[in-house]
Amino acid sequence: MAQRPQTLYEKIWAAHVVERRPDGTCLIYIDRHLVHEVTSPQAFEGLRAAGRKVRRPELTLAVPDHNLPTTPRKDANGNLLPIADPESAQQLDALRRNTAEFGVDYIDATAAAQGIVHVVGPEQGFTLPGTTLVCGDSHTSAHGALGALAFGIGTSEVEHVLATQTLLLSPSKTMEVRVDGVLGHGVSAKDVVLAIIGKIGAAGGTGHVIEFTGSVIRNLSIEGRLTIANMSIEGGARAGLIAPDETTFAYLKGRPMVPKGADWDKAVAWWRTLPTDPGAVYDKVVTLDAADIAPNLTWGTSPEDVVPITGVVPDPDSFADPSKREAARKSLDYMGLTPGTAMQDVPIQHVFIGSCTNSRIEDLRAAAAVARDRKVADGVRALVVPGSGLVKRQAEEEGLDRIFVQAGFEWREPGCSMCLAMNPDKVPAGERCASTSNRNFVGRQGPGARTHLLSPAMAAAAAVTGRLFDVRELKSHDFDR
Amino acid sequence: MNPVTTVSGTAYPWGAKNIDTDVIIPAHWLKTITRAGLGRGAFETVRAQPDNIFDDPRYAGAPILIAGDNFGCGSSREHAAWALADMGIQAVIAPSFSDIFSGNAFKNGIVPVVLPQDAVDRLVEVAKDQPITVDLETMTVTTPFQDRFAFELDPFRRECLMKGLDEVGLTLARDEAIGSFEGQMAEGRPWIAGRQRLDAPTAGTA
Ligand code: SF4
Repeated sequence: MAQRPQTLYEKIWAAHVVERRPDGTCLIYIDRHLVHEVTSPQAFEGLRAAGRKVRRPELTLAVPDHNLPTTPRKDANGNLLPIADPESAQQLDALRRNTAEFGVDYIDATAAAQGIVHVVGPEQGFTLPGTTLVCGDSHTSAHGALGALAFGIGTSEVEHVLATQTLLLSPSKTMEVRVDGVLGHGVSAKDVVLAIIGKIGAAGGTGHVIEFTGSVIRNLSIEGRLTIANMSIEGGARAGLIAPDETTFAYLKGRPMVPKGADWDKAVAWWRTLPTDPGAVYDKVVTLDAADIAPNLTWGTSPEDVVPITGVVPDPDSFADPSKREAARKSLDYMGLTPGTAMQDVPIQHVFIGSCTNSRIEDLRAAAAVARDRKVADGVRALVVPGSGLVKRQAEEEGLDRIFVQAGFEWREPGCSMCLAMNPDKVPAGERCASTSNRNFVGRQGPGARTHLLSPAMAAAAAVTGRLFDVRELKSHDFDR
Repeated sequence: MNPVTTVSGTAYPWGAKNIDTDVIIPAHWLKTITRAGLGRGAFETVRAQPDNIFDDPRYAGAPILIAGDNFGCGSSREHAAWALADMGIQAVIAPSFSDIFSGNAFKNGIVPVVLPQDAVDRLVEVAKDQPITVDLETMTVTTPFQDRFAFELDPFRRECLMKGLDEVGLTLARDEAIGSFEGQMAEGRPWIAGRQRLDAPTAGTA
């Protein structure tokens, strides 16, 4: 009997069921667990209090990122400089001690491999297709770019995974988001994912795992796919998946933690069986045409508040839903924007190029192509924060750091930085930031900070013009080739 | 965890939509290594506004919060649930919750009650000056009037709440099943457990 056609999600799920309970919930085996300093101390504390061990330490990898200052962190001898904020220092210290005590691999802040947890996982080959991967962080969805079923969990679940290597889960519904066509000049993966969230809404994916399909997704590099899957959670989805293909295998091959020798061949053979079967059915399907996607950005305080750069600040009265009208009014008040203002007329004071959404080498190249031979506008502070020490090193080998520094950008050490207000990089109250991160929530980049989410090229364009600006109007070394 | 069977009392009649975890507990409160004391930071940005609902003496110490769609969206921080628990909230009623927040709520003895928008609107009205009751036994929300709204809960989660069960302990009891899964995995997908380990924390593996 022919088997019912299955989606990628269903295949990964089925391969990880330890036990199915009568009510349909399943005990799911977790292949990969990433840990950082903010959401893990209470989990290790819980293990200690109950006298429990980490079941399979080799399946977990820890790296600090959220709290670390992005200023130089080593002295001349390569030792870690003290962290000024005592609470951050305490969390960072707890991660170091906990991982040593429980035998978990830990990448220190002084290591070249250190970086944002969602940049480090794929880069080290810790993230693999067909795995279940979790982390106490909602943007874990990023790893779905390699075909891993990856999602964020809370600290109690972190403890549960450490102790049992499993989670008790109910199956999600599936949603296909298909993007076909060819992206226009100056339009990047970030613009695609903003368009998707603008279309489905911040709660559009609730209860679903999204699979991104279509020619646009297939033609993206792994970097671009990571940007898309990263923001699945901003559309409310539990996880985002992209089927593994030759691009995925080429990206992974030779990375430190990927399978070697005969295991590699065996793994690739299995990974090739994972893509969704023809005829498999999703619970929901949404389609977008690449031709309709412009360089996008957000105007409000929800990632669904998306507008093309050529657009204007919307009028709250234009929304049909009364609660959306009210929310828009509040957003505009917080953002200090007036309906009808052209987005391009909005001045900015800060630019942040970084975060697990857009801090990989391609992102830095795209921003540098715009920054080259230009100057950061007067009164603008612009930060470039590579996603990991290895990205930083590569960028320096390519000379990108010099382009940025000559243009007046700050070239920083890797970490979460200005993506969230947990380390010294913050946007002051009332000031406006063009940011390549993933959340524009109230206070996300600092109390009272105003955030506009956009692509690396658009962020660089904002830096050199001092306002939100259509990157397509700037001649760029990359675009003009 | 203490067992929860009913939650009864005043409720914050809020009804606000898309309340994200940065609003529930701003990031600067996350630099703690314990679960306690986060109530002080709960809804900090909301409480900075004059006449906010959380500082209204009529609702002080209310065990129930009524909110709008998509409550708890955003970050996975369990600190949001710890903060609510620390301020004494034992049930949140809303038309929908983010998946992660809902899981975190259960694990901290907070009942995430999903009711349709019109029921939530009615409860916001009633709660302005009347108490309400969330009953896990009958799975209903009731008011001093004739209102009676039925809700659903995952049976396993409900049992854990009502008996105050520790999920880690329950799963550890399934050790044999997990072990046999791991045995199959070692055969079929040997690369999962066989990954390269780091030799030192400062290893600059490229
Ligand atoms: S860069 Fe931002 S979104 Fe990504 S893990 Fe760090 S704080 Fe979270």
